[in-house]
Amino acid sequence: MKVEEKPDFQTSAAPKTGADLLIDLLITEGVDTLFGYPGGAVLPIYDAIYRARGTIKHVLFRHEQGSIHAAEGYARITGKPGVVIATSGPGATNLVTGITDAMMDSLPLVIFTGQVARGVIGTDAFQEADVMAITTPITKHNYQVQAISDLPRIVKEAFHIASTGRPGPVLIDIPKDISAGELTEVPAEGTIHLPGYQPTTKPNPLQIKKLADAITKSVKPVILSGAGILHGKASKELTSFAEKHKIPVVTTLLGLGTFPANSPLSLGMGGMHGTYTANMAIYESDLLINIGARFDDRLTGSLKHFAPNAKVAHIDIDPAEIGKNVPTQIPIVSDSKEALVELMNQTSESPEAEDWLATLNKLKEEFPLWYKHDQNGMSPQWLIEAIHKVTNGDAIVTTDVGQHQMWAAQYYNFEKPHRWVTSGGLGTMGFGFPAAIGAQMASPGSTVVAIVGDAGFQMTLQELSVIYEQNLPVKIIIVNNGALGMVRQWQELLHGNRISESILNTQPDFVKLAEAYHIRGLKIESQEELITKLPEVFAYDGPVLMDCRVLQEEKVFPMIAPGKGIHEMIGVKPS
Amino acid sequence: MKRIISLTVQDRSGVLNRVTGLLQRRQFNISSISVGPTETEGISKMTLVVEVEDEQRLEQVTKQLNKQIDVLKVSDITDKAIVARELALIKVAGSSQLRSEINGIIDPFRALIIDVSKDSLTIQITGRPDKIDALIDLLRPYGIKEIARTGLTAFLRGHQPQVNELTTYSQIK
Repeated sequence: MKVEEKPDFQTSAAPKTGADLLIDLLITEGVDTLFGYPGGAVLPIYDAIYRARGTIKHVLFRHEQGSIHAAEGYARITGKPGVVIATSGPGATNLVTGITDAMMDSLPLVIFTGQVARGVIGTDAFQEADVMAITTPITKHNYQVQAISDLPRIVKEAFHIASTGRPGPVLIDIPKDISAGELTEVPAEGTIHLPGYQPTTKPNPLQIKKLADAITKSVKPVILSGAGILHGKASKELTSFAEKHKIPVVTTLLGLGTFPANSPLSLGMGGMHGTYTANMAIYESDLLINIGARFDDRLTGSLKHFAPNAKVAHIDIDPAEIGKNVPTQIPIVSDSKEALVELMNQTSESPEAEDWLATLNKLKEEFPLWYKHDQNGMSPQWLIEAIHKVTNGDAIVTTDVGQHQMWAAQYYNFEKPHRWVTSGGLGTMGFGFPAAIGAQMASPGSTVVAIVGDAGFQMTLQELSVIYEQNLPVKIIIVNNGALGMVRQWQELLHGNRISESILNTQPDFVKLAEAYHIRGLKIESQEELITKLPEVFAYDGPVLMDCRVLQEEKVFPMIAPGKGIHEMIGVKPS
Repeated sequence: MKRIISLTVQDRSGVLNRVTGLLQRRQFNISSISVGPTETEGISKMTLVVEVEDEQRLEQVTKQLNKQIDVLKVSDITDKAIVARELALIKVAGSSQLRSEINGIIDPFRALIIDVSKDSLTIQITGRPDKIDALIDLLRPYGIKEIARTGLTAFLRGHQPQVNELTTYSQIK
């Protein structure tokens, strides 16, 4: 009797289902890592991942939110799209925070969500959610695949859209009958057809000339450097440009590291918790050159008082950011590097700004960042400085949002770009730790420190399993003040000291928690302890969790109170 | 100020949602919206009438619409020479005895009675929105039972006059 030969998926090279084709397409796009979580509607995709094992790595997180924040960390470090897979319904809705976070901070992601089969879409089927409608406002673009033959084009377009222009998340919703569908023929290679998407990357020469002339004429110029410098990989060009014309540089929160913090021209971070000098420089300046920042309200303070005397030039790849919040006299739609290269090619004179630089240097001397170094407990700012020292200022640092984020931004002086992974626009608690996992996977040789708060860490701590399983030497520093520190700070300063629901009276034993996840944990209660333990922790080639107890009352200063102008900082000097 | 914005979009599922969702999210008020196919297969035309406070907001709405990947072209045609039309169906209370009287009112508007029943008449009118508003006002005393309007649709005239002549052609102030 003749036995009919069944195709052997494990050895056969030809794709057999929509899902097999998808994995092939991902490999073609150069994807090396998938951040995911399986479920019913993506079973065919996980079947294909099983068949493709050895060619593409999949990391299993413990919650979809963890997987997408990790993909964001990966994208921030590599500049390549992070690739996420989640199932339909709850799998997809658990991604919503991460998608929004990536949208706000312009991080390239390509997200695949499972969907119920086309035949039952719209019937409230098991684990059905209208992912297209839910994610339309929080993605750069999204697709629902209606035919297997569309997959090559859609995947190619998605990677193109995610990683070009102003980067952002792109979601592809794949009905189960598409991923499970048998391939009758191998579809032709996908070609990008996007007549409505042609980002401008080269600057208009007339506008460049206009800016060059404005620079020559200015006496109080200042550069504001944002994350657009990171996306354009233009840190070197920015540094040469600023040094050539002796223009001081303020960085945004996300722009930390785009300009070396130790440069005499660096004024530090601007905005709500920026340096007094950075903010006053913007306030006093007669020419503000924004490169790749979006004039976020946490930077500008009250728009009425923002750079009142300045001519504003804005270089941004996204035309919609120019003039959105701040009236702009010299708009330049361009990639940051292209614009800087063109500016460097101009033969115009440098500004005569010696007096300006002298004034700013005096401000820097008079109003440095400060904190009271308490001997009875650990000051969180001192803790950050100690981490900076032990890591030679060269670690990849990730954070959540809040006080610890601001202290890390203020005291971990970044000298190089692509070292700083933080949730800026959305301000997501629970971002820092999973983002550190993605960052470590992107850069296995780097020291990666997740500086997190005790509250935020508890939102995504289940990913401790992942660092153990993958043996990732991420160092977790919990800046533990037993409170939602920033909420507590605002309540103290702005809500009559009514400390409402912002103290975490009950906490887990973080050391035991770490041990339960098979990870080294230690509790640090004094500066002496920290000084002894830190070098050991960072010398250890494996994950460590440090529960660092810091002073609960400590506040982030200086500060622009909400609604106030950039020149109205409080707490600029010790009281 | 009211502005007429003409959009050329890819005829894909969800594109209307992308446009209206964006306007809602960025807090722009839509007065009317009309959509339909164009001379090119796969391409649709949308005409939006939006309420914006100032030039800066207007610039923002056009830029945000332009960022949509399925949106091919955005133009604010308010101050251009355009042809703009809306269609309205107006059901007025009254029996056929009123027919000649109503005919007298609607005739200068080049409107038509397109349905008659025992106790109502339905009038169809096409024109600029202000013309439709005027007819509705005149018909109100008879008792309006129902109104359905399509929203404005518009495009550029074949010939665009010199810039200094433009204001006279503005359809909506």
